[in-house]
Amino acid sequence: MKKGTFEVKVGLAEMLKGGVIMDVTNVDQAKIAEDAGASSVMALERIPADIRAHGGISRMSNPEMILKIKEAVSIPVMAKCRIGHFAEAQILQEIGVDFIDESEVLTPADEENHIWKQDFNVPFVCGCRNLGEALRRIGEGAAMIRTKGEPGTGDIVEAVRHMRSVTAEIRRLTTLDKTELMAAAKILGAPFAIVEWVAQNGKLPVPNFAAGGIATPADASLMMQLGAEAVFVGSGIFKSDDPRPRAEAIVKAITHYLDPAVLAEVSKGLKDAMVGISAVALDENEKMAKRGW
Amino acid sequence: MSDLNIGVLGIQGAYEKHALSVSLAGAKAEIIKYREQLTHIDGLILPGGESTTMTKMMGFRIGYEDILAFAKKRPVFGTCAGLILLGKGIEDNRVHQFELMDVSVTRNAYGSQKDSFVDNLNLEFDPGNPFHAVFIRAPRIENIGKDIRVLARCEDMPVLVESDLYLGASFHPELTPDPRIHKYFIQKIMEV
Repeated sequence: MKKGTFEVKVGLAEMLKGGVIMDVTNVDQAKIAEDAGASSVMALERIPADIRAHGGISRMSNPEMILKIKEAVSIPVMAKCRIGHFAEAQILQEIGVDFIDESEVLTPADEENHIWKQDFNVPFVCGCRNLGEALRRIGEGAAMIRTKGEPGTGDIVEAVRHMRSVTAEIRRLTTLDKTELMAAAKILGAPFAIVEWVAQNGKLPVPNFAAGGIATPADASLMMQLGAEAVFVGSGIFKSDDPRPRAEAIVKAITHYLDPAVLAEVSKGLKDAMVGISAVALDENEKMAKRGW
Repeated sequence: MSDLNIGVLGIQGAYEKHALSVSLAGAKAEIIKYREQLTHIDGLILPGGESTTMTKMMGFRIGYEDILAFAKKRPVFGTCAGLILLGKGIEDNRVHQFELMDVSVTRNAYGSQKDSFVDNLNLEFDPGNPFHAVFIRAPRIENIGKDIRVLARCEDMPVLVESDLYLGASFHPELTPDPRIHKYFIQKIMEV
């Protein structure tokens, strides 16, 4: 019997496919998310929209708050640590978090290095803007990749940009011959063995999810049609005027992302989505997606 | 290659992986999202994922009663969350079990994800060739009825069980590129 192998870590990511992972800040929200059909919850003290508004240093959540949420729901519980902050990750692993998000939503602890994730038994998810970044994180041991998008904005434009970038670069790799792959790896800044695997298989070696700016059932369907295998919804649910019906609608939209009749039906009757801010209009130093490399 | 059409319930979870395993095992796979699809499949797989999500979504485009009616007549294979749904004994209204197999299960019985594991199993129908099994936040089979046959154990606990119509695994055969268990299910469908 072996625990914490790469296969075991990717296994949980496989089980989360076709589902919605929802940001929650307390037990009540966690229960609403689970009742609505969330396949997992992300426990954090402030959702990205509030982190943006609040300013200051944003850190790992209090373990007590995470544990209360773990007790309240039966679905897997994720939590975030700062980029490069392996001590926060050690704490999250110790308290039995099911997945760790090494996240640009929190203030980075290390501007040079990400966490060496292969040393952990618990799986990690990491954000990316392009294929090179995704493959560097997988090289460090990430068991799931998600787009960074632009968290806390309710604006889907960056998640679309990141997903399209990843899938276009994957497609391009599949057209190269062997002698061209090393040069491609050099340009991507990614480990050669993983570049080679992607070129042969035409997909990432770990599940590929979308995050950052998803606010409506249509946003969720868009990301799935662009190649995402599941979605994270952060501020989009609990910053809207109708969290419970919106959460249920997004869950249905993910199962039936190719069925416009279902998408139309679940989009009816929803109140206002989060107001949001334009990601493109943000100052460069306000963009969370620029954190990490 | 058989001409059987195997449905995989496609509400949430590892349904695409199961469809691949079915193809590897030599049958046709169809992802099932609508009740109307149940009329043209020969057997159904309830995949791993979250049993609470699947319970919540039942009744939207495919209902509990639709699946139950199908499953009373045709073979069903449940893995992990799918086994939980096939079995009985969970007193938690977040999960609506079909109670088709006389197997009582405990959810997440091994702990959180850091306690998930892989192990090699001896299959009763193919002894001597270990099956590499992946257990993810696995349920544990606590009690089995007398019509239940155990096909594999892990540390003395049953992990692969069958009755006349149903097959249940607390692990994920779809995560291993070894179609023996899916082939066994296809064989079971042909014998019904």
